[in-house]
Amino acid sequence: MSRLLARPRSAGPLFIAPFMVLFLLLFLAPLGYAAYLSLFQEKLVGGTSFVGLDNYLAAVKDPQLREGVVRVATFFVIQVPVMLLLALLFALALDSGLLRLAKVIRLGIFVPYAVPSVVATLMWGYLYGPDFGPFAQLSDKLSLPAPHFLTDSWMLGSLANIVTWEFVGYNMIILYAALRTIPTELYEAAALDGAGSWRIAWSIKIPALRPALTLTLLFSVIGSFQLFNEPSLLMKIVPDVIDSSYTANLYAYTLAFTSQQINYAAAVSFLLGLVIVVISYAFLLTANRRRPA
Amino acid sequence: MPRIPASPAALSRRLLLTAAGAASLGAALTACGGGGSDSGSSSSKPVSQADIDKAMTTPTELTFWTWVPEIAAEIALFEKKYPAIKVKAVNAGQGTPEYTKLRTALKAGSGAPDLVQIEFQAIPTFTITDSLLDLRPYGASALKSQFVDWTWSQVSGSDGEVWAIPQDTGPMGMLYRQDIFDKHGIEVPETWDEFAEAARKLHKADPDVYLTNLAANQVAAWHGLLWQAGSKPYVTSGKSDITISVDDAVSKKLGAFWGALAQEGVIGVEPDFTDSWYAALNKGKYATWIVGAWGPAFLSGSAKDTAGKWRAAPMPQWDAAKPSAGNWGGSTTAVIRSTKNPIAAAEFAKFLNSDPESAKLFATKQFFFPATKALLADASFSGATPAFYGGQKVNEVFAGISAQVDPSFQWPPFLDQVATDWTETVGLSLARKTDTVAALASWQTRITTFAKKQGFTVKAAT
Repeated sequence: MSRLLARPRSAGPLFIAPFMVLFLLLFLAPLGYAAYLSLFQEKLVGGTSFVGLDNYLAAVKDPQLREGVVRVATFFVIQVPVMLLLALLFALALDSGLLRLAKVIRLGIFVPYAVPSVVATLMWGYLYGPDFGPFAQLSDKLSLPAPHFLTDSWMLGSLANIVTWEFVGYNMIILYAALRTIPTELYEAAALDGAGSWRIAWSIKIPALRPALTLTLLFSVIGSFQLFNEPSLLMKIVPDVIDSSYTANLYAYTLAFTSQQINYAAAVSFLLGLVIVVISYAFLLTANRRRPA
Repeated sequence: MPRIPASPAALSRRLLLTAAGAASLGAALTACGGGGSDSGSSSSKPVSQADIDKAMTTPTELTFWTWVPEIAAEIALFEKKYPAIKVKAVNAGQGTPEYTKLRTALKAGSGAPDLVQIEFQAIPTFTITDSLLDLRPYGASALKSQFVDWTWSQVSGSDGEVWAIPQDTGPMGMLYRQDIFDKHGIEVPETWDEFAEAARKLHKADPDVYLTNLAANQVAAWHGLLWQAGSKPYVTSGKSDITISVDDAVSKKLGAFWGALAQEGVIGVEPDFTDSWYAALNKGKYATWIVGAWGPAFLSGSAKDTAGKWRAAPMPQWDAAKPSAGNWGGSTTAVIRSTKNPIAAAEFAKFLNSDPESAKLFATKQFFFPATKALLADASFSGATPAFYGGQKVNEVFAGISAQVDPSFQWPPFLDQVATDWTETVGLSLARKTDTVAALASWQTRITTFAKKQGFTVKAAT
């Protein structure tokens, strides 16, 4: 092994150079520039001035930002366990080999991920409609009160449903791929020891999935805290439920493009990024500590 | 054991990179930095005819952001007259989406067009950032007498600048369902008091029907109602002084009136231009639509099921003896200050909207409601009898309304903020059936706070 790794030293930097150039130009440079912008304040009257960390201090105290972060955190707590549990069940079912038409089912669960989230949200927005949506029409036919998918108390759940529909297939594929890599000898050994399907799933498959589950969880943290498309589209249908600072990302967008406070928006974005880093890292540490050595 | 994700170290590195992507918005904003360079001249010295002739015979391509459908027909007229000039029309979105893109391009210092379509109410939002070219040196003042007075004052700056050329307008009237009115014995209301009575009567007679829908997300309609009521919510003087009075006596009268109707549940308050709203218009949930003069053509395209049942009337009045009107919508053509071809661009803006053939084409092809006096008086325009309105001379009704629009109404230099704040205060109170007059006070506070933060000197309403 070690001899294979001993390659001429000069080749390495050359191989990563294309990546590094793009990484610097398209990622670090804009990020650095945004950080630079976040230290200024531009006014419609009076122009631009350097304000140091004032934007950050204001953002920390900003109740609208805090509400947005708390809301996406709540969303995360509701939505992610449901989505990952479903993804896990689907992956286990597909892997069990007991399903007929497994390929068709796998594709069917995955297809929503291929639908752009804008299209998905418009579609669900129509389905949720309180007057002319199919659910409302159905309950009208049955003389039941129409479901209030788009009201204050239901909105997070309705959003969670859209996001789950979109991403359960994606997470299922990750978990399913992980399951396929488990050596079949383990199953044979377990079968010889008298373990049934449930026992195999519980004692072999799920423990083996821990790293993949950690990965999906991390993606979900990032996705949840950056929630934007779905609320921003539903806002047009129910402006009295979803306001311009409903999620933290939506708030940053509003600040930049409605309020013309680009500098403050940059500071808010960085703070949100920080929150995501901290939470993700906390999850990672917890997952690694529990991981059997 | 499976090894889907690599080592924890690699995972956390990847995590940091991905998490940093949370700041991607910040990254997107980099396009918005940079200083705007003013290449346009700000002197008001008139451009000589020789310069104009030279510019109009030099091969030039102008980029024009507009959301007017099939505008190629009008552009062709211009290109026929000035074969050296080519105009490239780009649809960068309608209204706010276009303004957002425009603002980004202006901040980036590149990618802005030579000309834009811009609504009347958005002009001050772009003059505060010095983004529009004063068209006086290019002979725009000479067009003043051709346009309806209030449209010209809408495009004029406080120092007499001409910021844009009016294209179409939206003096507000009331479209109503004759069949629903007849069925329930409702007369066309001439005052707002009669309107409120009719709203209660109609909803009582048929709980599935509402007299109208005041969309809780439509600040433009609210501004039109304020306009009619004689309010002066925003008065700017110079570049840094603004008087904000969105909760003065007139506004409160309006807030109390509509707030009460919303609380009683006798009008609808759902957001407009949504699937549900279109369906409601088609199914007769609302018996009127209070809307700008572009409404009749729009409605006949989007509520086809109800053809022949609609009629038009002026809006109800606060004082029937002194009828007045507000405006909702309509737009203009403005030249962006950073253009390299100010003369050709200004000539195009003027031609597009004032050339008799081009202006008429807007009225007949796109069904725009005109901004020129000549067209409003044109018998072939005002005499049209669309079957959707049972053969009523709808244009004539709205031409009469246009003459009643107050020319002194002004817009704030930060319209997007005002609109968002309205939806989250006044609009919210309508939707939630809470105190609309109290919501006006929070609207006032939010705009005032924003204006101060942006460096304006905010004067108290008097």
